[in-house]
Amino acid sequence: MSHRSERECTPALRAALRLAALALLLAGCSPVQPWVKPYEREHLADPLMSLSRNSISATYLDHMFETREGSHGATGAVGGGCGCN
Amino acid sequence: MRPARSAAAADAIDGVRGARVTGVASGTGRRPALSPFTRTLLALCIIAGPALSGVLPEDEADVMYHSYSGGGITVEGPSVLIRKKVGDSLSFTGQYYEDMISSASIDVRLSASPYHEIRKQESIGADYLHGKTTYSVGYIHSREPDYNADTTYYSVSQDMFGDLTTVTLGYKRAWDRIYRDICNAPHPTGSFCPDIINDPTFHQQADHRGYSFGVSQILTRNTLLDLNYEINTDQGYLANPYREIRYLSPGGLGFTLAPQVYPNTRTSNAASVLLKYYLPWRAVLSAQYRYYHDTWAVLGDTFQLGYTLPAWHRWVFDTSLRYYTQSHASFYSDLFPRADYQNYEARDRELAAFDSYTVGFGAEYQFDIPKVPWIHKSSANVRVDRMFIDYSDYRNALLADIYGAGNEPLYHLDATIFEAFISVWF
Repeated sequence: MSHRSERECTPALRAALRLAALALLLAGCSPVQPWVKPYEREHLADPLMSLSRNSISATYLDHMFETREGSHGATGAVGGGCGCN
Repeated sequence: MRPARSAAAADAIDGVRGARVTGVASGTGRRPALSPFTRTLLALCIIAGPALSGVLPEDEADVMYHSYSGGGITVEGPSVLIRKKVGDSLSFTGQYYEDMISSASIDVRLSASPYHEIRKQESIGADYLHGKTTYSVGYIHSREPDYNADTTYYSVSQDMFGDLTTVTLGYKRAWDRIYRDICNAPHPTGSFCPDIINDPTFHQQADHRGYSFGVSQILTRNTLLDLNYEINTDQGYLANPYREIRYLSPGGLGFTLAPQVYPNTRTSNAASVLLKYYLPWRAVLSAQYRYYHDTWAVLGDTFQLGYTLPAWHRWVFDTSLRYYTQSHASFYSDLFPRADYQNYEARDRELAAFDSYTVGFGAEYQFDIPKVPWIHKSSANVRVDRMFIDYSDYRNALLADIYGAGNEPLYHLDATIFEAFISVWF
């Protein structure tokens, strides 16, 4: 297995990999251009698109599900205490 | 009990995309006095605003009544939430939440007495905005007669890539103190105890830590993506002191009850993805999936679809469908073959295998409050959810005298969740 790996990793391949790694590093230095301009965000700015619209309700429902299921987490909600006995 | 990302921080993140334009670019028409030119100018200013810096959550107050009813349990109570900015960089949040619980659930009827109790929870939080970075801290205190918990959480959110991306890192720490109530007065079986006290021989503790990572991403001019990943570690007393396992035994009902024995540690991983899509007729479609797995071998999948539609100028309607399924914990059994069958033994319904469907419907009415100029927006909301849980390996042990131990029908639970709340923004 190791013999085949050495045969496949030719100097040309190594050079290509180094170039790819260099390109990735350099890409980090250039600013990312927003592909959705600020003036194109009218729909995204609509309150209906808010991730936390009616947050008091979302927090309550998260707690209600959490106390009745084995799963929890990754909901973006804040909770505390138990209320589960 | 696991703040992944504070609600305030989430609002700050959302503000990049919309919270600040509430009531302006929404087309709900609550500013009819403004000319088209002024509205366009205002909308452009606010839409362009997030490109310059992050935003804090809006000043807001919510008053809610909530109710859960199902499976012999009723939980209801109020909740009040207030958010207020101080200056341009600092915002505070305070919330009070209360559960008034009346329980005669299947677990209680099997091995304990019905009870009433109240859980009260207070929380405070602060968000500090510095450039494109929002720092959030908070503290939550929850207390019940038999359970006290203190939670602190911290998070930092950074807007980047032309405000297309918001990255959030969060940490939380919680300390729980668990007690066990006992009845201090003789009472008939199945009735409410007139005098409940803490068992002086029972006092346990549990610690929790959570680490979270979130990315909110604008994909297109109509599509948002929200990713969350969270690791939680729990250590200490993690069982429910009132519930018991049962094992086969001759005579009587065919089983005997015994205390549960849980592991003292648990580590869980949860990852979620949420997509929101803005439809051409001003409506929003959302789809969410969450994967969950822990060291107790509980594997959970959550799927949720939502649809939001404004109508008749001042109304907004929400519908949602949620499906949840999970496998049982490795040490769970509805009926163990004998006493001390294995090291860890549990019969908590929350650790059983089950499927759950929840159908929800909500309505929001936006209204003006005359002669109160400092309130610029307000709404009244009602939401009803119906939840159906079908357990795959949790049987109704109360029917053991009819069917025999281990042959009872599988347990099924229907519940109704009701919320009514008023929100004002000022």
